[in-house]
Amino acid sequence: MQAVSSVRVARVALARPAAARNSRGARLVVQAKVDLQGGPRVIRGKCYVTKDNIDTDQIIPAEYLTLVPSKPDEYEKLGSYALCGLPDDLYPTRYVEVDSMKTEYPVIIGGQNFGCGSSREHAPVALGASGAGVVVAESYARIFFRNCVSTGELYPVETDARICEELETGREVEVDMVNDVLTDLTTGKKYPLKPLGDAGPVIDAGGIFEFARSTGMIKAKASA
Amino acid sequence: MERSTLLKRAAPSGAVAGRRQLRVTAVAAPPTPSRSPSSTGAVKRAMTMTEKILAKHSDKPSVAPGDNVWTGVDKLLTHDVCGPGTFGIFQKEFGEDAQVWDPERVVIIPDHYIFTSDPRANRNVDILREVAQKYGIKYFYDITNRSDFRANPDYKGVCHVALAQEGHCKPGEVLFGTDSHTCNAGAFGQFATGVGNTDAGFILGTGKLLIKVPPTMRFALDGEMPPWLLAKDLILHIIGEISVSGATYRAMEFVGDAVSAMNMEERMTVCNMVVEAGGKNGVCPADQTTFDYVEARTSEPYEPVYSDDTASFFADYRFDVSKLEPVVAAPHSPDNRKLARECHDVKIDRVYIGSCTGGKTEDFMAAAKLLHKAGGEVKVPTYLVPATQKVWGDVYTLPVPGCDDKTAAEIFEAAGCVTPAAPSCAACLGGPRDTFARMNEPEVCVSTTNRNFPGRMGHKEGQIYLASPYTAAASALAGHVCDPREYM
Repeated sequence: MQAVSSVRVARVALARPAAARNSRGARLVVQAKVDLQGGPRVIRGKCYVTKDNIDTDQIIPAEYLTLVPSKPDEYEKLGSYALCGLPDDLYPTRYVEVDSMKTEYPVIIGGQNFGCGSSREHAPVALGASGAGVVVAESYARIFFRNCVSTGELYPVETDARICEELETGREVEVDMVNDVLTDLTTGKKYPLKPLGDAGPVIDAGGIFEFARSTGMIKAKASA
Repeated sequence: MERSTLLKRAAPSGAVAGRRQLRVTAVAAPPTPSRSPSSTGAVKRAMTMTEKILAKHSDKPSVAPGDNVWTGVDKLLTHDVCGPGTFGIFQKEFGEDAQVWDPERVVIIPDHYIFTSDPRANRNVDILREVAQKYGIKYFYDITNRSDFRANPDYKGVCHVALAQEGHCKPGEVLFGTDSHTCNAGAFGQFATGVGNTDAGFILGTGKLLIKVPPTMRFALDGEMPPWLLAKDLILHIIGEISVSGATYRAMEFVGDAVSAMNMEERMTVCNMVVEAGGKNGVCPADQTTFDYVEARTSEPYEPVYSDDTASFFADYRFDVSKLEPVVAAPHSPDNRKLARECHDVKIDRVYIGSCTGGKTEDFMAAAKLLHKAGGEVKVPTYLVPATQKVWGDVYTLPVPGCDDKTAAEIFEAAGCVTPAAPSCAACLGGPRDTFARMNEPEVCVSTTNRNFPGRMGHKEGQIYLASPYTAAASALAGHVCDPREYM
């Protein structure tokens, strides 16, 4: 329980107009997304370490694809299954505990080609709904990266460092996407990250639709 | 100084050029109109076919890899797993009263979780029916009687194969689909790729999508195909060569005699799996084989495009297919390429022939041919899932060439295979617990499907060897992973 609340605190804060945030408040359950609570683009908390080629079947096994992400209760439920397809022998610690809806690990570390496989948007949604705010990996599969950005569910950050060989699950880290550095809070060791570029503001806004509205690309909704 | 810099930067894009010119006007003398050769089309940049299709659909004389363009969409494909979420996003973002951009260009094909008692899966097909009615979607391949698929003439089965069979795939078009294997349609010389629900919801409302133009990797497949080799061996070979991320963000173009000699189903097998190499799309140049297939199914016009001789490619690969041997992708990655004969010691528990990649008519014909020539019975349960109702019909009615006028169904029965199941995605991706042929135990399977990541067919500790229909059939007879030449 304590762990869950610390995740909530770690769930994070960005410059978003107050009105926009309020209008989102009503359906916060539907689209938790990354909420930086008005603060800088920094996420701090325990990390969960995965290796190369984590495919979407491991992120959210196909049997749970009957859950429709645009339905609020099913969105939450998707979160409870996040990363449950990882092989038990390689990943003895579950990302989301049995009987829990949320993860203790707001930061996911990956190797190469994170999110390969199917185009299911359920994958970034499951991670976002579980409480993940950021993945730091060496590279991403194209559709997964795109789905992270368009949904605004979590930040897909790239790095040249093979962090997945250096950190282990449970380590406290800080992912600073303003200065583009990940810090191991136990040792103080820092790892450089690649800038998010144009993808950053889209995720900050909460996805492509929110971004398009906030920048005037499409007109704001008539009713909130 | 500043002026010339601005003008130089203005050249590539009309919109940007216009804005820049205005700023120049304010700074200095009236500008001369920026009618560079690239904007008038007088001199065209050499392009690959993927670039040409995207240029045409974004109303630009030319595009280059890395350009972000708003591309017009010819068709949007969705199914029961992602359709409800896609329409959910469309309704949320565009409003309850909004209409889809073109109800004749949205194709809805339920196929993933059909023959299951899972209530949520059944509900999702119901949602598709509701939205198809509400928005007047012209092409919705519905199923209402799940106890007998044949009682549903509209029901087709696996969306990528049905899309082609129903005449929705055409050279030169832009297709997006809420399924990563949408790249299958590249076999027709079109741009086709998978997207998530949010992007698809955006397309539903606007008919457009912002995408980055991919660089093209060219794969020349030359030489004569040996009789034991199938298109599946070629794409598994290529993925093994370049890895599961070797084509990430890129287009893969397949050319050469071996590709020209392929029928449409074989080309689909190749293009279907480009996403397994991380590819954005795959394409085969359209030719008479393409035109014949397309024109037998639709009278709508189309315009094929081809790569220029001088187009620049990100990479050029050449393979002499006559020298290749049957391969498998061993667990747990599609690029874990091994020669089938090297895996001779791997005992197997089951064989699966089905899916968009390996469940087309030609796939069953190939498997049946090997079983017939070899004689004898399969040693392990052998599951057959025709991709579509049309394929199912072919399995039961078409004589397999060179097999004494027997149908594939007769040959499968004689060999002791499990009776062909109702067409759908079935166990290719596991699915609900009661899915036909789902791997509910940690078994070893040889499968003609496209992915073998942990848990893909159901059980997390299951082991999947991806293979051609020949190799799958030979393995079924042998009870271990087997090179088909042993039975030919």
